[in-house]
Amino acid sequence: MKTIFKFLFAITIVSLVFSSCGNEGSSKKGALSSSAAEKVYVAPGEHDEFYAFVSGGFSGQLAVYGLPSGRLFKVIPVFSVDAEKAYGFNEETKPMLNTSHGFIPWDDSHHPDISQTAGELDGRWVFINGNNTPRIAKIDLTTFETTEIIEVPNSAGNHSSSFVTENTEYVVAGTRFSIPYPQKDMPIDEYKGNFKGALTFISVDPEDGKMNIKFQLMMPGFNYDLSHPGRGDSHGWFFFTTYNTEEANSLLEVNASQNDKDFIAAINWKKIEEYVNNGGGTKAPANYAHNIYDEHTHSATSTMKKEVLIVNPADVPGAVYFMPTPKSPHGCDVDPSGEYIVGSGKLAAELTIHSFSKMIKAIDDKKFDGEAYGIPILQYEATLAGSVKQPGLGPLHTEFDGQGNAYTTFFISSEVVKWKLGTWEVIDRKPTYYSVGHLMVPGGNSRKPFGKYVLAMNKITKDRYLPTGPEVTQSAQLYDISGEKMELLLDFPTIGEPHYAAGIPAELLKANSKKFFKLDENKHEYATKSEAEAKVVRDGNEVHIYLTMIRSHFAPDNIEGVQVGDEVFFHVTNLEQDYDVPHGIAMIGAQTSEVLVMPGQTETFKWYPKQVGVWPFYCTDFCSALHQEMQGYIRVSPKGSDVPISYTLDGDAVDAE
Amino acid sequence: MKLKVFIIAVAIVFVSCGSDAKKGNETSKPNEEKVEVNDVVVSDDSMQDIGIGPIESMTLSEIDEAMAAEGEVVFKAKCSACHKLSKRFVGPGLAGVTERRSPEWIMNMILNPEEMVEKNPTAKKLLAEYLAPMANQNLTETEARQILEYFRTKKAK
Repeated sequence: MKTIFKFLFAITIVSLVFSSCGNEGSSKKGALSSSAAEKVYVAPGEHDEFYAFVSGGFSGQLAVYGLPSGRLFKVIPVFSVDAEKAYGFNEETKPMLNTSHGFIPWDDSHHPDISQTAGELDGRWVFINGNNTPRIAKIDLTTFETTEIIEVPNSAGNHSSSFVTENTEYVVAGTRFSIPYPQKDMPIDEYKGNFKGALTFISVDPEDGKMNIKFQLMMPGFNYDLSHPGRGDSHGWFFFTTYNTEEANSLLEVNASQNDKDFIAAINWKKIEEYVNNGGGTKAPANYAHNIYDEHTHSATSTMKKEVLIVNPADVPGAVYFMPTPKSPHGCDVDPSGEYIVGSGKLAAELTIHSFSKMIKAIDDKKFDGEAYGIPILQYEATLAGSVKQPGLGPLHTEFDGQGNAYTTFFISSEVVKWKLGTWEVIDRKPTYYSVGHLMVPGGNSRKPFGKYVLAMNKITKDRYLPTGPEVTQSAQLYDISGEKMELLLDFPTIGEPHYAAGIPAELLKANSKKFFKLDENKHEYATKSEAEAKVVRDGNEVHIYLTMIRSHFAPDNIEGVQVGDEVFFHVTNLEQDYDVPHGIAMIGAQTSEVLVMPGQTETFKWYPKQVGVWPFYCTDFCSALHQEMQGYIRVSPKGSDVPISYTLDGDAVDAE
Repeated sequence: MKLKVFIIAVAIVFVSCGSDAKKGNETSKPNEEKVEVNDVVVSDDSMQDIGIGPIESMTLSEIDEAMAAEGEVVFKAKCSACHKLSKRFVGPGLAGVTERRSPEWIMNMILNPEEMVEKNPTAKKLLAEYLAPMANQNLTETEARQILEYFRTKKAK
């Protein structure tokens, strides 16, 4: 008996050790040190150290995460409609998505960049580009809402965008696809020499951030892939990678990979600005939308602009140069000092680093190697600072930690590689899971990076998460970079494609975050500032319902006199004046989304009643213990009925007292 | 017999190693905040109750009609969605409120409603009766004072 006991006991122990509770599964790739969990653990109720604004790629939006926890706080609708927030559904935000092609409910959002002052993050706005129907959006970081979108004319595939200069003088948008300029009906195979690539400099008003296209530089018909501003000594310059300098118009994967070197274009925008301010450039007809959301009217307006200033690089000598860079360079990243410009040749065996000071000297010494369309090509060796040898396969993007180190992603070999500026030696490499695109160090493309973490953004996750059918999540991975070696801390799934991100210390933002809109400052045309002002007004077949909401009722909540065939506008004002008390409203049969109304705000949706009857509406956001009581009825009578418009609350007129 | 017990014990060990075991400690704990429902004893003389909040003592003089008029505007904009004067609505009817409550209590209820309905016995009793907690409309002390003046002009019939 005793031996049986001992035997069973032994088996138990052995099984326990083997099973180890089943939670530390077999899927671990490389042992995580036990402290990784502690490093990303943000206790319930505690706040993260950084905000990360991660673009949604083909979702068209911008997601806000906390770092190091990877918790998702908000998805800010930018270029795509969002039924949850009624963005693009309510009457107030529809103009935000207006373009010269009409209302466009979607785009491909790529490169968020936070505004800067003196080369450091100032936390006022985030800019982000829409690739497909070229646009630049601005998100206000007091409301975390999209407040301005400007369409970029003469552009296609707005990819080398939306990066800001050192004092946010400009947000820059470069075209990936060159196109005929001006657009015209012409044979595609006459591309070479006839298509142009527009690089657009959009000025940003230092007070209110209002965007305005200052000029478009009409460059040769290459593909302009990515860009970054100079800083420090190189402030005043902007650098763009190019590929397809072959000017191929078909099978680019072969035909645009013929030249041993493409270019990084160095643009002296200060020189061009001076030229333009002195009357230079040509005013050309254009047609592009400029959409502005006003937080006091809680409404957007869209204006079509009809003119743009075109600058031909040949007309501004000394403003544009080409630096040969091997093998279809993609990333174009400038270190915190502004001296080094890193070009990542997608197909190259090494990373190429140009020196800004050598570039200036090469220009002074006229070390040219011919020209392209009148633009001088600098000698490759004359601007070369060095190269990182055998760093990995498929280099894409580089960011910096402010401690003299650079971090580059390698798409093909799925890794992040840390290397040293100046000596160009590789210090460390860590795998990503898998196929990493951009990476982000908070402030990593400014004069002052916060070099504690790097966030790698992956295109492919395969086996990293529970499977969800053929479509699986993309992901971000957080690494601790505070030590000599990088340490993988965390994987977290993302919205859409986490294309690129911008990070900022929470301390720089959170105190500025608005808590609610003041009712007194509500300048919406259809605002209802108290229940006594609520009303229902018929104007022909339009019926305007001025509705208020407060915990937990609508005023009015019994409405009669609406008829089949009417166009009914619900103008809904949230009368609450406290933090975190939104109300929503949905109307049965309304062919739109709910609207979600923040305290002090007014939003409008339309309803076309089609059936006679008494139809309810209700609050969609669980607002209080009596949320389920927050509802109302609308009586719909046949067309031509003599039931008059009436509206009440608790059987009385809304202004009974 | 002993063997059976032991096997069961082993089985329990295995079962407890299931996926729930780990969660148990961290996630399945319900919110531990307990709402204590005490018997509310409201002071006989509620005019002595100043409530809880920024206002500790006040001295009122003659009614300032201009201030009362301003108070009426603020009341209509920020309060009337839930309070009528003549009748119970979402919250209590307010005619004669200055005869039932101290000026300090009224001010604190406007300026600090969350703490009042949580801690002040009278406010707790009102919440139990009306169910909808008093909303914080983020009024300034000046606005609350104007409303108080307006209330002073509205006596119970």
